[in-house]
Amino acid sequence: MNHPLTLITFIPLIGMALILVCPPAFKAGYKWIAAATTLPQLIIAGWLVHNFSTNTAGIQFVERYPWIRAYHIFYFMGVDGISISMVLLTAIICFISVFASFSIEHGEKGYYALLMLLDTGMMGVFVALDFFLFYIFWEVMLLPMYFLIGIWGGPRREYAAIKFFLYTLLGSVLILLVMLGLYYYGVTPTFDMTQLAAQSSSYSMTFQRICWVALFIGFAIKIPAFPFHTWLPDAHVEAPTAISVILAGVLLKMGTYGILRVNYAILPAASHELAWFFLGVIGTVNIVYGAMVAMAQTDYKKLVAYSSISHMGYVMLGMASFTAAGINGAVLQMFNHGTITAMLFILVGVIYDRAHHREINGFGGLAQQMPLYTGITGLAFFAALGLPGLSAFISEVLVLIGAWQRHPVMTVFGAGTAILTAAYLLWCFQRIYLGRLDEKYASLPDLSLREGFTLVPLAVIVIVLGWYPHAILGLLQTSLNHLNRVVLAATPAQAVALH
Amino acid sequence: MTHDFPALGLILLFPLLGVIFNIFFGQRCGRRVVNFIAPAAIFLAFAAALAAFATLLGMPRGAALGFDLWPWIEAGRFHFDIAFRFDALSGVMVLVVTGVGALIHLYSDGYMGEDEDYARFFAYMNLFAFAMLILVLANNLLLMFVGWEGVGLCSYLLIAFWYDNAEFAYNGRKAFIVNRVGDAGFVLGILTLISALASSGIWTLTFTEMAKHRETLAPVATLAGSLLFLGATGKSAQIPLYVWLPDAMVGPTPVSALIHAATMVTAGVYMVARLNFLYALSSQAMTIVATVGAVTAIFSATIAIVQPDIKRVLAYSTISQIGYMMLGVGVGAFASGIFHLMTHAFFKSLLFLGAGSVIHALDGEQDMNHMGGLKRTMPVTWVTMLVAGLAISGIPPFAGFFSKDAILASTYASGHIWLWAVGVVTAGLTAFYMFRLLFLTFHGASRIDASKRGHVHESPAVMTVPLVILALCCLIGGWIGLPDGILWGDAFGRFLMPICPTLKLTPAATLARGSLSPAVLSAIAFGLAVSGIALAWSFYVMTPGLPARLARNLSPLYRMLLRKYYIDEIYNTLVSRPLFWLSQVVLFRGVDSAIIDGAVDGTGLGVEASGEGLRRIATGNVQHYALAYLAGVLAIAGYYVYLVHRH
Repeated sequence: MNHPLTLITFIPLIGMALILVCPPAFKAGYKWIAAATTLPQLIIAGWLVHNFSTNTAGIQFVERYPWIRAYHIFYFMGVDGISISMVLLTAIICFISVFASFSIEHGEKGYYALLMLLDTGMMGVFVALDFFLFYIFWEVMLLPMYFLIGIWGGPRREYAAIKFFLYTLLGSVLILLVMLGLYYYGVTPTFDMTQLAAQSSSYSMTFQRICWVALFIGFAIKIPAFPFHTWLPDAHVEAPTAISVILAGVLLKMGTYGILRVNYAILPAASHELAWFFLGVIGTVNIVYGAMVAMAQTDYKKLVAYSSISHMGYVMLGMASFTAAGINGAVLQMFNHGTITAMLFILVGVIYDRAHHREINGFGGLAQQMPLYTGITGLAFFAALGLPGLSAFISEVLVLIGAWQRHPVMTVFGAGTAILTAAYLLWCFQRIYLGRLDEKYASLPDLSLREGFTLVPLAVIVIVLGWYPHAILGLLQTSLNHLNRVVLAATPAQAVALH
Repeated sequence: MTHDFPALGLILLFPLLGVIFNIFFGQRCGRRVVNFIAPAAIFLAFAAALAAFATLLGMPRGAALGFDLWPWIEAGRFHFDIAFRFDALSGVMVLVVTGVGALIHLYSDGYMGEDEDYARFFAYMNLFAFAMLILVLANNLLLMFVGWEGVGLCSYLLIAFWYDNAEFAYNGRKAFIVNRVGDAGFVLGILTLISALASSGIWTLTFTEMAKHRETLAPVATLAGSLLFLGATGKSAQIPLYVWLPDAMVGPTPVSALIHAATMVTAGVYMVARLNFLYALSSQAMTIVATVGAVTAIFSATIAIVQPDIKRVLAYSTISQIGYMMLGVGVGAFASGIFHLMTHAFFKSLLFLGAGSVIHALDGEQDMNHMGGLKRTMPVTWVTMLVAGLAISGIPPFAGFFSKDAILASTYASGHIWLWAVGVVTAGLTAFYMFRLLFLTFHGASRIDASKRGHVHESPAVMTVPLVILALCCLIGGWIGLPDGILWGDAFGRFLMPICPTLKLTPAATLARGSLSPAVLSAIAFGLAVSGIALAWSFYVMTPGLPARLARNLSPLYRMLLRKYYIDEIYNTLVSRPLFWLSQVVLFRGVDSAIIDGAVDGTGLGVEASGEGLRRIATGNVQHYALAYLAGVLAIAGYYVYLVHRH
């Protein structure tokens, strides 16, 4: 394959074009076009992972062509260990979310077309290595999401969509300003991220700090980090199932990915200096606060949304540790959270499609009527609460191992929150699935074949990665350890050589 | 010295296959197949364990069998493997888990005979065996934690097995969450050890490596030992985290026997014994373990003497007996603690299975006030439970006598005279409440409800055979650990010695050194046990009206014991309610909704107003959006082209 990254990024656009030209008479075909588009994407992702060399921290599958010469803008794509894992995650989640979309019943043409555009935007963000290109993809992803929530969402979809849009727009503006700042104040003006990283020491420290904080806010909104998180529960509650799956599965990771790719790689000295507060303290707040607020929820989907905030906090905490264990754990947690939360949102969708509400207190005893559904939900819940033997345990324990070396107090909060997580998830599980079955749900059908098809692959991933996390860790290691060393070395005076 | 022994994998493989079979094919293949496969899986594991044990006996002392599967977690220089170790300590544990486990699985065939969800039940039971075996066979602490939480999961699933009862579901959740409190401590303990080891260049967590570099652990031994022990108080139901175990009794009785008496709840004792080199480094940590054990032992024994529910008595008795084990390992008598763990597995599982047999015969009746006089209709259950009662009460030559005696002797020798006194008094209480249970159930006049009286019957052979085998174990199981100097002496202790050597604690200056000889100590404990039995006899057989009169006269004390010292209520008021208040009122409604969202909605972003605007634009016609979007993109692109040209 000559241009695998271009291919994997733009295949969905072909799908989108096909969907748009497909006459309304073949309405039923839209979803199959979408499926047929994401499948080759998944195959290419598998091919990339298979051919990826884990021995080097360098960039692989590079494609680099001048694009706008006057501004030194390149069409520059490539993947390292960090992005390859996210490419794989995106391909998996997009494929599954197409099948999770089958219950969409109006405006299918627009829906699937936008879904494909969103796919291209997300994939592009993870493979772009030219800041300008990165930014374009970042923006491309924003609009379809806005429309997908605003048009196909629930009753308060407009409020949620606008809130999402404004928050994200604020973030984009900050990122844009920093991008231009880095370009104009660099010794050689460039948007090339590798080059920006190479010349990072030429920026004044004050300038680096300002850029770092602005970028952090831009990315923190996506994570979302406290206190920029309130768009997320609203967006999730209103978004259709598949969009929630993508939102939680992939979009949130762009925040932490951006911090690694831009803040850490390009501004290592500032990262070294500021991460303890912005990622460490705020990450810890995320962990505890997300869990505490999740406990107060009565809407099933909102509870899962807040649990996402809590779990993304572990990613931040791990990144703040600047240890191999912590940072590898953080990116593994990104992958694991992507798969587990995708499951959770699909599971919420399953019951919402049947009962048309999500009130946790309005259910009970579903285990009796829907044993298969309950079993998979149990698996997803226990994965989410970090049960050893399932994937999230590995990443959380690595985060804690790493963080303990630097921030023991924060780590205590991180470890202690595992109690709260168990409390709110099992309480929710009990209210929905255990107890006596309400008569009005006595005729609900168990999982359909299609629903099973979206859930089982994720369940398999969750179990396999619990026992063989090397499948992902192996991809990450070299690149992340290299990045970690760069950041640690950036301020030699402070760089205590911690593993 | 570790000898590679791949057959160890079979011990784990059989239960795992059992799980997979029961989940995917159990319901389809029918009850008879499941009733065969599920116990067979554990019997096969037991056979494999016996083979491994025989191999181990043929090797020099202190040797171990090992089996490495694959590198598990590798990050930076850290590496934790999926690898197993079968030495004297884990060998004994594996035999107990698979041996007693197999008998209980067999018994379950009868007990769960009428339950519709038999496949799910046996899937959970097999899964439990699998997780428990990982716990004891793991060669490193992190993998042990996988088993540790895995058994907690099974405990949750099985307590809430009859999930349509909301109370049962609640109790399952309570068990898991209370255990999670302990497990948070366990994780922090692991982290403490990891960082201490890493700072001197040890990047793993295997027990052998840790023991080899124990000097690097010395600075953190007290902290790590205490944190890990917090985990043990959860799993092994010790003060302050014991509150889940009595409520766990709502699960099916075989579950109570296997998980909540014989195996899982003793995991904390096993952990301390496994990490004996760590605890040996810190006398503070050891004192904590011993004190918590002794206090828990007497505390829960006092509760046990008034409970009317047969399974609750046994639950508090279990808590109390694990307290003994903790006392044993806490005074450095690791082998004695494990010895008591083993004998306890025999007599307590027998007691639970016997209670299950009674409950089964009485259609689910668990209140001893509605039992009585069953010895004629259920002779096998009666005799076997009597054997177990004698064993737990410490009457020679039954198993419990030797193990309890060894613990008390070591306690006395370590200089903890007060803890010894507590242990001895508890021995008397134990004999009392146990024979209260036996007398109320099997002796005296029948108080069984008239509706049930007709069909009271002895249980089928599939249930009584395990009872008889366990009774045999209760009789002879203690003989492998006789006091030194008698016949073969303490063979059990000598066998374990290379793995967990007894720590000779030299009594600190503040502790008195006792001057009583071991024989006198035994005599005192024996005397108290016999008095306990005699007292129970006079209360419940000679003058059956006396207990009620006593309860009336000592009403405040009686009620306090009956309500279990109000600990549940205290925890609720001090922990749960404030937490929910903080969660709902302060954080969600206050910080999230009022403050943050209030600011967002109000900062002139005019979110609602824009929403109105969107509604007008949002015509629902997607082509319009696409067109508008395309126009926007073209405009931006055009702008850039313009810029480029101008340049």
